[in-house]
Amino acid sequence: MRDFLIKLASLNRTTIYLIITIGVLLPLVVPLNLGQKMSPPTERLYTFIDTLPKGSHILLSADYDPSTLPELQPMLEAIVKHAVLRGVIPIVMSLYPQGTGLGIQACEKARLELGARPDTDYVILGYKPGFSAVILGIGEDIRKIFPTNYSGIPLDSIPAMRGVKNYNDIALVVSFSGGSTPFAWVTYANTKYGQKIASGITAVSAADFYPYLQTGQFIGALMGMKGAAEYEYQVNKLLEKEGFKKAKSVFAVRGMEANSIAHFLIMLFIVVGNIGYFLTKKRREA
Amino acid sequence: MLQRKIPLAMVFVFGVISTLQYFVPHPLSQQYYDTMLKWMIGVGSMAIFLALVSFLRHHYVRLRKKEHAPYSAVAILSFLFMTLVGFIGGMGPGSVFQKMFYYVQAPLQATMFSLLSYYMASASYRAFRAKSFEATLLLITAFIVMFSVTTFGNYVPGVPKALEWIMAVPNMASKRGIAIGVSLGSIATSLKIILGVERNWLGG
Repeated sequence: MRDFLIKLASLNRTTIYLIITIGVLLPLVVPLNLGQKMSPPTERLYTFIDTLPKGSHILLSADYDPSTLPELQPMLEAIVKHAVLRGVIPIVMSLYPQGTGLGIQACEKARLELGARPDTDYVILGYKPGFSAVILGIGEDIRKIFPTNYSGIPLDSIPAMRGVKNYNDIALVVSFSGGSTPFAWVTYANTKYGQKIASGITAVSAADFYPYLQTGQFIGALMGMKGAAEYEYQVNKLLEKEGFKKAKSVFAVRGMEANSIAHFLIMLFIVVGNIGYFLTKKRREA
Repeated sequence: MLQRKIPLAMVFVFGVISTLQYFVPHPLSQQYYDTMLKWMIGVGSMAIFLALVSFLRHHYVRLRKKEHAPYSAVAILSFLFMTLVGFIGGMGPGSVFQKMFYYVQAPLQATMFSLLSYYMASASYRAFRAKSFEATLLLITAFIVMFSVTTFGNYVPGVPKALEWIMAVPNMASKRGIAIGVSLGSIATSLKIILGVERNWLGG
């Protein structure tokens, strides 16, 4: 038995990779249908958007590129759908050039699946270089930073942008990022203009954002694939209730099941590795 | 000599004015602020142009080295192809440019990042050992956090609360300490740059 355990603790890399591949693929092929329970930061964001008056505006900043797409894209898509269902107008922009395409994709899904109308039910502003200058500029006048939308239509001609001048007319900003961009939104939009901020972040950076949740500088947050799955699951329930069964998405829910299995396997590897370590140490000492 | 003195003087003048501007609600101060924002966005756009020139120059040089040439050729050709496709067919929904982004670039980049899970599994198996008291503490904490971020974690009583405590107490204490340290460091560095003590940004 001891020899077997020591052998088990010296698996080669190929075997580990193979086990992980099977563990990730299996729940994607055979769904586990575990369901999702909202964690407090997700629930706070969901409730905030859910209780906004019809016709309110939320600014969604797709501050990421495709490398973090599996975690962040389902968040953006779920929030766009949630807002459209509630009659809240999402304004989608990006501080990253590649975020524009991902923002368009999320809005396109809402258009095709929910019948959302561009420039009436949602607005795509696109990308603008300048980072902090863009965040600060929106606090003065959004038209000075984005004179037109992504398609080149002046903001003054867009029905959904009527009455929107600066942060005073935007109920919430949600920054989706795999890095530190939500910090910049807190520093420049929250501190200087008092704008309410929330974030969609990758699991690896979630620990960095807890102080901002505790201080209330973030009203809520979606953390990693788990946060995405929780929000997506909740929006799916709403879609079903509103008669949009076909618009349901399971990208994050299924991804989270695969993620959970992968986490278990990693935990198992750590246990096996440690058993082997202690048995080898004991044998050497004997 | 002027090559160093003029940038230093500009940084000092604009640094001091921009700092004071934050506290002065006069219309003139607001006008200065608006103008500066426009300049910052303009400079940001120029930085993108510079990055493109730098990218092309870097890969052009590498084309002459046999071992790097194939990769650099792919980089340059891909760049030229996407530029042409964007200029000719536009970048709107349904365009070739967007299709290339959604079906080539996005999956490639997402795949590269996803490979991390394999490295993590392999590394944790080999390196995560309870060799000392501190390492054991780290191991137990990691176990609780890893379990609670899975879907199963939500259904086991006490696990979500344990995660909340770890994140809200020990994690937050260390993060706050780091954040305060970084902020003070940033203020000190900014002051050093404005006053001309720190000159590394001038190069050379």
